[in-house]
This record gives sequence, structure tokens and C-alpha cells, in this order.
Amino acid sequence: MTMPVLEKLQTPSVYLPVMAHIRQIRQISQTEKVLTIELPGGLSLNHEPGQFVEVSVLGVGEAPISVCSSPSRSQDSFEICVRRAGDLTGVIHALKPGDPIGIRGPFGHGFPLKRFRGKDILFAPGGLGLAPARSLIQQVLDERHNYGRVIILYGARTPSDLLFQEDLARWSQRGDVELHISVDRSDEDWTGNVGVITTLFSKIQIYARNTVAITVGPPVMYRFVLLELLGIGISEGNIWLSLERRMRCGVGKCGHCQMNHIYTCQEGPVFSYAQIKYLEEAL
Amino acid sequence: MSFKIMPKEAFPDWVECLCSDHQVIGPKIHDDHYAFESIHAASEIDLGYSTTLLPPKKALMPQKETLFTFNSGSNELEANIVSEPTVLLGVHTCDLHAIALLDRVFERGYPDGHYLSRRKNTTLVSVECLQPCSDQAFCKSMGTLSVPDEFDLHLTDLGNDIAIEIGSAEGALLLEGFPAVREARQVDYPRLSRVISDKWPRFPYRLDFDVTELPSLVSLSYRSVIWDKLGERCLSCGMCTLVCPTCYCFNTVDEIDLALNSGSRTRMWDSCQLDRFALVADGHNFRANRSARLRHRFMHKAKYQSDTFGMVGCVGCGRCAQACLVHISPVDTFNELYHKRAAANHKKQEVAL
Repeated sequence: MTMPVLEKLQTPSVYLPVMAHIRQIRQISQTEKVLTIELPGGLSLNHEPGQFVEVSVLGVGEAPISVCSSPSRSQDSFEICVRRAGDLTGVIHALKPGDPIGIRGPFGHGFPLKRFRGKDILFAPGGLGLAPARSLIQQVLDERHNYGRVIILYGARTPSDLLFQEDLARWSQRGDVELHISVDRSDEDWTGNVGVITTLFSKIQIYARNTVAITVGPPVMYRFVLLELLGIGISEGNIWLSLERRMRCGVGKCGHCQMNHIYTCQEGPVFSYAQIKYLEEAL
Repeated sequence: MSFKIMPKEAFPDWVECLCSDHQVIGPKIHDDHYAFESIHAASEIDLGYSTTLLPPKKALMPQKETLFTFNSGSNELEANIVSEPTVLLGVHTCDLHAIALLDRVFERGYPDGHYLSRRKNTTLVSVECLQPCSDQAFCKSMGTLSVPDEFDLHLTDLGNDIAIEIGSAEGALLLEGFPAVREARQVDYPRLSRVISDKWPRFPYRLDFDVTELPSLVSLSYRSVIWDKLGERCLSCGMCTLVCPTCYCFNTVDEIDLALNSGSRTRMWDSCQLDRFALVADGHNFRANRSARLRHRFMHKAKYQSDTFGMVGCVGCGRCAQACLVHISPVDTFNELYHKRAAANHKKQEVAL
């Protein structure tokens, strides 16, 4: 586990955020914004791809949000992707560059990159799941020589719901990334694939024994994507997921994120399918 | 074991002495009930009290507490870690076991300074229960009818005297310089042992099996129909968790003044029995029905906490059963699971023969 920012600053309370500020804001879809956040005093978040932070607006509240940039991209800032879904995220959407924002973390366990070395990597994120997956994609692309093929299957509801379109364009131009995108419902301008994310699996051929799969998305997506991944022969220990829960405190106390005996905020949010397949409340 | 003797008539003076340099919280007498509250004289409490609606946990983890305050203009934050020297007086042994578990919860991983600073500043003075406190209690079955390994002072009523077992240096300090307390003499040991051996038969065994079987029993009962049956009855009111001495789940809420200048983040008790407890932002509820929430509570108490800390999360105080409007009781639930499992095993054996 990386050492959380709050420990480095030796704050007396694990619930006390560090006041960071917003360097940049990009609106990347109708409901999503990407915030670039700078910690005070040039501090580095020092996170693992897949970890999350607790984001606060003082007087409004706090919510867990996964980091969507990799540590390999920037040492003095990091990015989070925020969907406008409730009171707090509504307020975050109204913030401006330069505004303060509270950060605690990083918390939990990220993706075990060392286990992925030398393997082909298949990403299958759906919707907002691309945000946590992106932190890993960036890291993998920045040390591209450590891995075999990089395949990305991305599904979104409609063309306008596709997130990180600049990244998608960049990845599609790289010769060493195989990118396939699908939308559940198309519009007039869309010329790509139409159908749920699982329809993309027929477009790829993989060598299952040397492939690691990473899938991040809403709970309902996992059921179908897992069937596909297991169906093409990827082993349960090579399928990695990031689970969404209401991680209120981030430090294994408040109880909201518990799946049976497991505190998702501590032992997760990243798990292999083998780790959780017998965990009744996981999927 | 080292213990001392205090004549009962000296007890009020001792309490007064404690009150002079501590906040003393004890089972305060009200018209028809007792409640752990701040006291200033021995006459305000009754060490032979039955039970309280809320456990003494509230002195360590208040129902509502400020985690930090902030100034919105300067963005300055200040952690609110407060504690004053406190004596928690008259704690029943079940509640003492519960506090031992809470200590582990808040020390584990990221230590919770808010709880721990209060805890470190609190000396626990427990009392030996000599009579069952309520029809619902089943402490004897849960192994909580005597003190756990860690305590500061433990009092046993010997009639005219109080026997005081010393469990820690902090406990011993509370007696220092108090002239009425004397070392126990050889004759005092049989007196204490008689009181203790007389008391045990007064308490019923209510669990139909040994408590050490409980974690494995409930782990085999995940799919039991009992959860659906209880779920249909459960009102999802959360009362059981509010009165539980080992429940610690919480939520946080921000408050800000009218001028938006300053405010605070407050934590307050939450309940896994409430319908929105496991709801996430996109609207998915991971424990949407009452039977799943009820099962989570029972599994957490009977198995998950035992797996993590080696201590069963239910101390048998009976408060939840007393508070439950539809009479869901942990001891009845555990017994029903046990008999169902025993019947199933019996059937299996017959088939095998």
C-alpha cells in the first residue's frame, strides 16, 4: 500500500483532508468533467493505478473518486473524472480553476502491475469505468515495452457518452494499441459498432493463456463481460475488476463499503475474479 | 490477581474524589430507567442497575461528533480531537467486552484518533453482575459474564465491602491516596469466591450450543430461509444497531453557517439496516432488501468480527432484542440456525446409514 498523503503530512485525524487546488478543468461529456488537481507544497499523490481518493468540498461533503491519470504522467498533479450525479458532484462541476478542493488518500489497492509484465493486456471498461481503467492504460502505455499486445474494448451508451475522446483518438492512432469501441445506441453521425460491449469480443483473437483482462464498469456489466472473458479462456486469476461501493471513510471503519467481511476501501477496490468469485455480496 | 477492599460506606467519598479531577460517567438513576451520563455524586448512580437503553459506548464514540472544523475563507482546517480525563464507572462486563472489540476496530489499519484519544483518557471501572439484568440478556452463553483480559478496576459487591480487582496501573492510580481502601486479607478471598460461585447459577444458559461453534454455524447458514423469514418481519428501523455496544458504522455530514464562513464535518452513527446504507451513486443498492441487511448484521456479529479479531461481535447484552418492535432476538436466531443444522445433519446421517 502506498503511503497516503495524510500520513505524510502527519495530520492528527485520518478524516482530515489536505487542501489541494484545481489547476485545470475539462468538460469531456455532457455530464463528465476532468479535474487536474495539485496538492500543496509540490506533494506527489504517489498513487497506484486503480486507487481512489476521497474528494471534499468543505460545507458540502465528501465522496470516493478514482484517480484517472497514471503516476507516470505527472508527479505534481493528478486527474479525477467526475460525473454530475448528486449534490456534491453538482457542486464540484461548478468549481473553477484555482478553487480549493479537499483530498484524502490514496486508498485501497490498485492493479498489480508486476503480475501483468510480459502478458497481453485486454481492457474492457464500460461507461465511466474508463476513468479508473485510464490510469492503468496510461501507465501501461508509458512502459509499453513491459507488455505484449494492448487491446482496449470500450463500450458506452451513446456516441456522446464516450469519455476521454482525445485519448481514444490518440490510442487509435498508435500502431501498438488495438482499440474497438461500441455504443448501445447510435446517432446519425455514428459509423462505428453498435451493440453492448460484449459484441466487441467477436472482433478480437487472443492467446488466452497469456492474457490479463481488466474490466471496470457498472455492476450489471460485470455479469455479461465476465461470461465473455471466461468463455474465451482467460483464467479467473487473470481477470481484474474494480468494484464500486459507497466508500464513505476510506479507512475501513464506517462500514458502508463492506462486501460480507471485506472492506472494499481497504482490500479493494481492485480484485481478481478468483479473489471474489465465492464472495456472495461482491457481484 | 491483586485486589483491595473498600468499605461500602467509603464509596460515596471515593466517587467524590474521582469527580474532583475526572469527568465521571455512570449509570444515572432516572424515574424508570438508567442511562450512562455525567455524574457528580455517588447518590446519582446505582451500581446494582439493571441495564441501560444505550451502552456506555457513547462516551467513547458519541452519537454525533465533530471531526474537524474549517474556515471557508482561508481554507484552514482543524481536527477536533477532544478528550478529558474520564472515569467510566459501573460498566457491566458485557459492555467491557464490547469496548475491547471497539478498541481493536479503531486501532486497526488507520488508527482513529477521535475514538482513541477518548479511549486513552478513559479509565474503565467495571462491576461484577450478580443478578441477570434483563430477560433478553444471554451474557453467560457468550462468555461475557466475567471481565475480559483488559480492564482497569473491577468491583464486586461483597455486602458491606466492595472487592476491587486491579487490572492496570491506570486503575491503581484511581485508588492511590484513598485511605479507606486496604489490601485484601486472607479471609477476604473466600468471601469473594462465595459471591462469585453463588452468582453463576442465577444466570441462565440461553444458547443451545457452545459459543465457539457460532462462527462456523452461521457461515454454513448463509442461504438459510431464516433470513427471508426474519426479513419479512424486520421493519428496517435500525434500532438494533443503535443500541448495540459493538456497532460502530457511521456517516459524515458537513454543516456550514449561514454566512458560509465556517463550518464542520460531523460524524454520526449510521445503521447497516437502513435501506440506503449500501447505495452507490449510480443508484445500485448492494443490499436492497431487508433480509440481506439483517443477514449482514448477524453475519457481521457472529462471524466476520470473529474472523478478523478473534472475538465474537455479539456480547449477549440483549439490548437489540429488547429494542426490537417485532421481537427479533439474536439468541433465538442462533438457536434456530443450530437446530435447523442439527436436523439436517441428522437426516444426512440416516441417508448414509
